[in-house]
Amino acid sequence: MKPLEEYLVVDFSQFLSGPSASLRLADMGARVIKIERLGVGDICRTLYTSNVIMNGESSVFHAINRNKESFEVNLKDEQDCQMVRELLAKADVMIHNFRPGVMERLGFDYGSVQEINPEIIYAELSGYGAEVDGKGKPGQDLLLQSVTGLTWLSGNADSGPVAMGLSIVDMLAGSHLAQGILACLFRKITSKVGALVQVSMIESAYDFQFETITTFMNEGEILPERTAKNNANAYLGAPYGIYKTEGGYIALAMGSIPVLADLLGCDELKKYTDPAEAFDKRDEIKPILADHLLTGTTEKWLAILEPADIWCADVLNWKQLIDHEGFKALNMIQEVKMNDGYQYQTTRCPIRIDGELLTSAKGSPKLGQDNEQIIRQFINVKSSIHE
Amino acid sequence: MRRPLEGILVLEFCQFLAGPSAGLKLADLGARVIKIERPVKGDACRQLAIKNLFVDEDSLLFHTINRNKESYAADLKNPEDLDVIRKLIARADVMTHNFRPGVMEKIGLDYQSVQALNPKIIYAAVTGYGNEGPWANKPGQDLLVQSVSGLTHLSGSSEEGPVPFGLSVTDIMCGNHLTQGIIAALIKRAKTNKSVLVEVSLLESALDVQFEVLTTYLSDGGQLPKRSKVKGSGHAYLSAPYGTYETSDGYIALAMGDLGKISELIGCDISAVYMNAGDSFENRDALLALLGQTFKTNTNQHWLSILEPQDIWCASVLNYKEATELEVFKKMEIRQLLDLGNGRTLDTTRAPMQIDGRKLFASKAAPKIGADNEKINKEFDLK
Repeated sequence: MKPLEEYLVVDFSQFLSGPSASLRLADMGARVIKIERLGVGDICRTLYTSNVIMNGESSVFHAINRNKESFEVNLKDEQDCQMVRELLAKADVMIHNFRPGVMERLGFDYGSVQEINPEIIYAELSGYGAEVDGKGKPGQDLLLQSVTGLTWLSGNADSGPVAMGLSIVDMLAGSHLAQGILACLFRKITSKVGALVQVSMIESAYDFQFETITTFMNEGEILPERTAKNNANAYLGAPYGIYKTEGGYIALAMGSIPVLADLLGCDELKKYTDPAEAFDKRDEIKPILADHLLTGTTEKWLAILEPADIWCADVLNWKQLIDHEGFKALNMIQEVKMNDGYQYQTTRCPIRIDGELLTSAKGSPKLGQDNEQIIRQFINVKSSIHE
Repeated sequence: MRRPLEGILVLEFCQFLAGPSAGLKLADLGARVIKIERPVKGDACRQLAIKNLFVDEDSLLFHTINRNKESYAADLKNPEDLDVIRKLIARADVMTHNFRPGVMEKIGLDYQSVQALNPKIIYAAVTGYGNEGPWANKPGQDLLVQSVSGLTHLSGSSEEGPVPFGLSVTDIMCGNHLTQGIIAALIKRAKTNKSVLVEVSLLESALDVQFEVLTTYLSDGGQLPKRSKVKGSGHAYLSAPYGTYETSDGYIALAMGDLGKISELIGCDISAVYMNAGDSFENRDALLALLGQTFKTNTNQHWLSILEPQDIWCASVLNYKEATELEVFKKMEIRQLLDLGNGRTLDTTRAPMQIDGRKLFASKAAPKIGADNEKINKEFDLK
């Protein structure tokens, strides 16, 4: 049995942040119905990444929206709104990520939905928080990375700002939203009360940096300084970083410099005997280490370092990773199937419950594919909608 | 209204970041979290300092991750202490650990043994690479997991080789997944009245964070991600103008946007490399470079005043000083003060969510090792 079986989630959200939360809930067993705009749907359907289109829609849409149903409606049409209200009356959770003010205009703000369903968990995700947003700055991942200082942590000292090459803030906010929803669902079970859960991308972006921002605030506001070369963390000393080898790369985490010097046969490093130098002189140590590691292959260095319990690893690309036995042991890839028979591979939920993988063979929905079924099951009013 | 997890008792056998960051979220959501720590040394994170910053005898890092928790000191190799811990487990709702595979079996606190003590326990384990396969016994360390997961080929420019995320992103994501798994397990237990096992690993979390691009890769005939050569490009899979650009007095970021409109607004002739929409990807390097030349000629404020009114998605690139002085940082009350006693306080950030319109503040600072032994012994009648 999956933990959220029998729960109904009605999801108005688009793109990645909100839908990544409902994907998690779906994999945990909830039934997720996407409320999608008539004729258009979730804009993510047509937001192409690298022009990779799968079965007529963007690859990212398929990744984010598998295991969900689609209910295509016109929220400017009163009859359609009435249907959505009937659906909400039976829902446990509702999610949206519209800009502040939009749900009030549509009549689906928390107060209105509470009147329909007092025990609902109403979850909203914004860019900058409902109190602040008004003027409508877009809650977009790269912009959130940029305004919260995140771009000064990756890359080297002379790289300028380096964004993390994934929509990391969207995913963090989605993750936090899922946590808030789950916690309030638990409270609903034990206390029969609903809840308002609010998450913003900016809170999530600051939270992601809680260690480094706390350091900044308590260290007299000293800005992070990345190392000149081989930087992997602005706040850590040598050898922490990735180094080029003969024909490849090697990652080295924390480790004593003199011990490394001995194992690698690098005499030049032996003079750095004071542990404090690993941080204070990291811009001297890293280039020496980098030059030395270039003289041997990754395999050679791993064969020396791993038996000595030095924290190190090969640096893989996806092809090398997917071919590796260590990856295969995880069973991370699953195949899913859409209603029209189209099949694709994607990753599964990263959490195991009672030893079970939370997989599901259900692919992403075509726009409006579940209207008929949803109307039949949940809705009493007769509707004019496109069936 | 009460916080959602009030009444839930969590025993945290975890160290460092992944597990304890989950403990922190559960605590902020209302759970009572007790760290079970070995006497004298405690969580190894207590001595793991960044930039040698300590608060009294413990690292600032430890304080950041372990606020709002209690500490119970016990030596799991000492039979008397272990016996006490067993009694405490019998009363707990959740226990978390991040020992390497096999360690809890040796101690006698593996899932099966714990079920015998408490048939309703949520038992949550964090590993580096799962329990099976050739990587199962490798150290679960963030940079190493990033390196094997392919994550280092997504950021920075292609000229730079692998570029890791400059934060412990796999630890933090894994902590988030652990939190989700634990609360879902509490929901499951409410229905079944039975114990639940929750397992996460750093590698699975590192893969999950790449789920969009991995799905693209799996359907794209094995095309590996190609980052732009140009410094400042923001995403291997997104076309120009996505990225950051140097200006005469700083940097600005541009998200996805209509290149024709943007180039016209800023007065940059891109006609030689941009004939149709497909060029925004095909000629990405050339476009990023051209736009970059124009942006260098004037200030952030100048460009934002042109682009923002036209609804182009853009922003200044800020550092921590600027980012913590933003109006939204103050209005949203991101900063909270921890009470260190004797009138001393410590600045940190708060939990990133609001429940029932309320922010989840908690002023309780991290505990000293064993700070709560006496109270807990009495309360649970342990000794």
